[in-house]
Amino acid sequence: MSTGNMNLTLKIWRQKNGKEAGNLVSYQVKDISPDMSFLEMIDVLNEQLINKGDESIAFDHDCREGICGMCSMFINGRAHGPKEGITTCQLHMRSFKDGDTIVVEPWRAASFPVIKDLTVDRSAFDRIIAKGGYISVNTGNAQDANNIPIPKTEADAAFNAAACIGCGACVATCKNSSAMLFVAAKISQFALLPQGQVERETRALNMVNQMDEEGFGNCTNTGACEVECPKGISLENIARMNREFYLANIK
Amino acid sequence: MSKIESNIPEGNLEQKWSKYKSTVALVNPANKRSLEIIVIGSGLAGSSAAASLAEMGYKVKVFCFQDSPRRAHSIAAQGGINAAKNYQNDGDSTYRLFYDTIKGGDYRAREGNVHRLAEVSANIIDQCVAQGVPLAREYGGMLSNRSFGGTQVQRTFYAAGQTGQQLLLGAYSALERQVGLGAVEMYSRHEMLEVVIIDGKARGIIARDLVNGKLERHFGHAVLLCTGGYGNVFYLSTNAMGSNVTAAWKAHKRGAFFGNPCYTQIHPTCIPVSGDHQSKLTLMSESLRNDGRIWVPKKQGDTRKANEIPEEERDYYLERRYPAFGNLVPRDVASRAAKERCDAGFGVGNSKMAVYLDYKAAIDRYGKTQAKKLNIDNPTAEQLSEFGKQVVQEKYGNLFEMYDQITGENPYEVPMRIYPAVHYTMGGLWVDYNLMTTVPGMYALGEANFSDHGANRLGASALMQGLADGYFVIPYTIGAYLSKEISVKPISTDHEAFVNAENDVRTIIDKFFSIKGTKSVDHFHKRLGKIMWGKCGMARNEKGLEEAIQEIRVLREEFWTDLRVLGTPNEFNPELEKAGRVADFLELGELMCIDALNRNESCGGHFREEYQTDEGEANRDDVNFSYVAAWENKGNNNYELHKEELKFEAIKIAARSYK
Amino acid sequence: MANFLQSSIGKKVLMSITGLFLISFLVVHCFLNSFIFFNDGGVMFNEGAEFMAHNPIIRTMEIVLFIGIILHIVQALILTLQNQKARPIKYAVQNGAANSKWYSRSMGLLGTLILMFLIIHLKHFWYVSRLTDEITSGEETLFGEMIEVFENPMIVLLYVLAMFSLGYHLLHGFQSAFQSLGLNHKKYSPLIAAIGFWFSIIVPFIFAMMPISIYFGLIK
Repeated sequence: MSTGNMNLTLKIWRQKNGKEAGNLVSYQVKDISPDMSFLEMIDVLNEQLINKGDESIAFDHDCREGICGMCSMFINGRAHGPKEGITTCQLHMRSFKDGDTIVVEPWRAASFPVIKDLTVDRSAFDRIIAKGGYISVNTGNAQDANNIPIPKTEADAAFNAAACIGCGACVATCKNSSAMLFVAAKISQFALLPQGQVERETRALNMVNQMDEEGFGNCTNTGACEVECPKGISLENIARMNREFYLANIK
Repeated sequence: MSKIESNIPEGNLEQKWSKYKSTVALVNPANKRSLEIIVIGSGLAGSSAAASLAEMGYKVKVFCFQDSPRRAHSIAAQGGINAAKNYQNDGDSTYRLFYDTIKGGDYRAREGNVHRLAEVSANIIDQCVAQGVPLAREYGGMLSNRSFGGTQVQRTFYAAGQTGQQLLLGAYSALERQVGLGAVEMYSRHEMLEVVIIDGKARGIIARDLVNGKLERHFGHAVLLCTGGYGNVFYLSTNAMGSNVTAAWKAHKRGAFFGNPCYTQIHPTCIPVSGDHQSKLTLMSESLRNDGRIWVPKKQGDTRKANEIPEEERDYYLERRYPAFGNLVPRDVASRAAKERCDAGFGVGNSKMAVYLDYKAAIDRYGKTQAKKLNIDNPTAEQLSEFGKQVVQEKYGNLFEMYDQITGENPYEVPMRIYPAVHYTMGGLWVDYNLMTTVPGMYALGEANFSDHGANRLGASALMQGLADGYFVIPYTIGAYLSKEISVKPISTDHEAFVNAENDVRTIIDKFFSIKGTKSVDHFHKRLGKIMWGKCGMARNEKGLEEAIQEIRVLREEFWTDLRVLGTPNEFNPELEKAGRVADFLELGELMCIDALNRNESCGGHFREEYQTDEGEANRDDVNFSYVAAWENKGNNNYELHKEELKFEAIKIAARSYK
Repeated sequence: MANFLQSSIGKKVLMSITGLFLISFLVVHCFLNSFIFFNDGGVMFNEGAEFMAHNPIIRTMEIVLFIGIILHIVQALILTLQNQKARPIKYAVQNGAANSKWYSRSMGLLGTLILMFLIIHLKHFWYVSRLTDEITSGEETLFGEMIEVFENPMIVLLYVLAMFSLGYHLLHGFQSAFQSLGLNHKKYSPLIAAIGFWFSIIVPFIFAMMPISIYFGLIK
């Protein structure tokens, strides 16, 4: 049951560390089951490599159920592979055909330097959040939760923005490596909620400034990020962020 | 026995915590600034504790092995978080939440801790909403609730099927705020590999920078382990791939007792295993049991498709066996009932190790109410089904999508196949009322400790406990210890205890590389998982456990002589990370079996086949086993049992029935 | 304000404002030039041109227009350089077609083509009408100049191709400008998109019809 009948050629980016240059290396895998997830297929390859005495391929992954945002592969020219609305761990081999050649590369952006092979450093995202992706409320300061009624539509919209998993597919996909979808999602979540109003302007200013300092590219509104976002974060959020940002600048 | 003192405050149950809070020693703001706290893990417990302590003025360092604190596995919790708010006016109260949790835990949890948990539960919701966590709302703008297993009230708050994610992002944002303010130093991609103990007190850690492989020494006046559970000892579980016991286990080997290691929770609604390639199991939120009906065919070995089996030939076995709670019985009960049906030959799917979770009835029911709402008097069957699916999609859409994604089947049309899987570990480091382990200055919070769920955890209580510990318990209880530490100056990391601890870590790492065997880490992990699941899983017996102990010892021996770890220690090396974690699982697994063997009763998630009623229900032995088993590590895989008697003053201990 | 203009969003806002301004110019330009379709030997058209050449407001706007074009180009250059820097190592395989339109990814290229055309176009008409005395002296009319220039089939082809570049540039640029200005709305965005779509087809089409009609002698 475990073995299937797919044989694949993989071209995978190997890079020893952040300092040395990398290149694509070809590998063959056999008897892949269509029920395997893409990462399980990489597990099979790694087991194969270790048995041969070669170093395994380093790749980020953790929850393997599409929510932690850690897995991050650029597969055949697309973030998280050919299907939309999913992460790499949710991509199953039934999306490929026997005999396929699959090219796997790390997220590419100056702000996401490669650590090793397919693993990149996304700490820029954390630094952006640290500049304002929060509501300043100390533990114990809160009033009763139902004292702040929030219309369902607003709550749902905020939730949709908050669904971002910080995977970086938006940056990886964008032709300019722009992080605007990520930043906009967080700014939007709080801009839509009554709790977020107090720090609304400083939040937009500080987060956008940090985003720029991290060296992400600019948004050209191609809409690619929205298509590739595993959580379907909408471009509307970027429009909202732009608004929030220039209104904050006017004040 | 003197070594374990639970330090539960005197007085009657309702007043213990408030009295404690008003009398516990405080640390003044100036002194807080010079006290350093190390927090390991950035999940709900870790992030909330770190943020809260930093807000209070302590100097905090946080370590996580992931690339960002936001990735901790709390993020994957789906269903919800309990709180005794009684917003639904359905008779909920602090006492009822307390009672449900104690009963749900099969009378194996501490009354004092659980009552405190129930008391602070309402504050958690307030705090999270203030942080901007978008919990689900009703049209009037008020918070929405759903019901969960093991309760008869609606007290579960949720954010679609991503409650854990939203709560974690709330705590993460509070944490990042403190990072931005310079009050917290964040160490991502760092793994704690040893605790440093000086004069009997926890004073720091050795951590490995996973990117460059360097070992680092960090001093702290106190160390908080918020490192989650050890379900990955089973290899296949719903835990994240990186979830591990290493931090807790190192603490255990340095003197912290391990409480109730055999209590593991098997979650009833997971997607069944599809083959040997499987690397992890995926949970379908328990909230699905709200509206879904669980059944198997009445005929053994029925090979018909689910939709071809007529209503009267279906056995809704949970509704049949437990009429009062039906499909909403607690997790352990539901899991065992599924196993019982499958073992008896009624299982479904290719593997015959699955049962159906059916949404047909819910779709019909919702379809009718929705048609009424829309003022459609004579809806067609298609309309009804369409409306019903819309409502179901609104409530559970992402879960249905996930199922479709993994199995390639559309759950709106055919019933889902589910089977139990390892999900949570109630056991963990033994802690007292202050959440302090048996090593002074070392604390354990959240799933990493053993304290609040007894032998079985109710749904939506893990998020509650993690955040309760971090936001509302530790900020008070840590003062009891640190108020006595204010004169302690930071100890230099050149202290010999740091040097020795680092050398110990290096010795183990070097050992991994020097074995130069033939098998990968995963190879051993999978074999350990098979032993654990087969013999220390949903059902256990004396013979199996004894065999398991022997098999684990043999496997461990093989691990240390035939392991292959490639690469070098001074680089990013995921195989090395896994080797360290599996080495610890190989020791923990044995202790779990020892504990399971010791506990000659069935309770909660611990089901010993020898101890069951005629109807196949768990048979608890309150006379001999109403205690917490706290195991002391005596070195070389020898353990000594210490017992903490459980005293029930507020609750009358009774057989746990959901019939 | 300086900070704002240096920020990523500030630059995009400036791009969209200058872009929308250039779009408004296109409307005026297209409207006036359409006078040739009266086919009255260029009488109406020349009157319009005369008016444009002497009205002080229009002359001022002309300067603003040049500033607008330059700002649009300079910003585009800065943005492009920054964007190049944001991804120093390119993907070996990037399937952009899977998630975006080619012209939205090629605004720089399309813009460069338009700029090259613009230089030629200015040489043909603006240079002649403003910087020489050919027209003021009455020696030649602007309409006459058009008839003359569009006798050459290669130039006609060049103009038509340039209008394709303009069309695609607008197809993305029109709605992108609104998005950058934060004007994205569930109800109104589809309307903006529809207007943008038809604008990007109709305006370049009318422009393209001018050299074609003249070349084929439909307008004399």
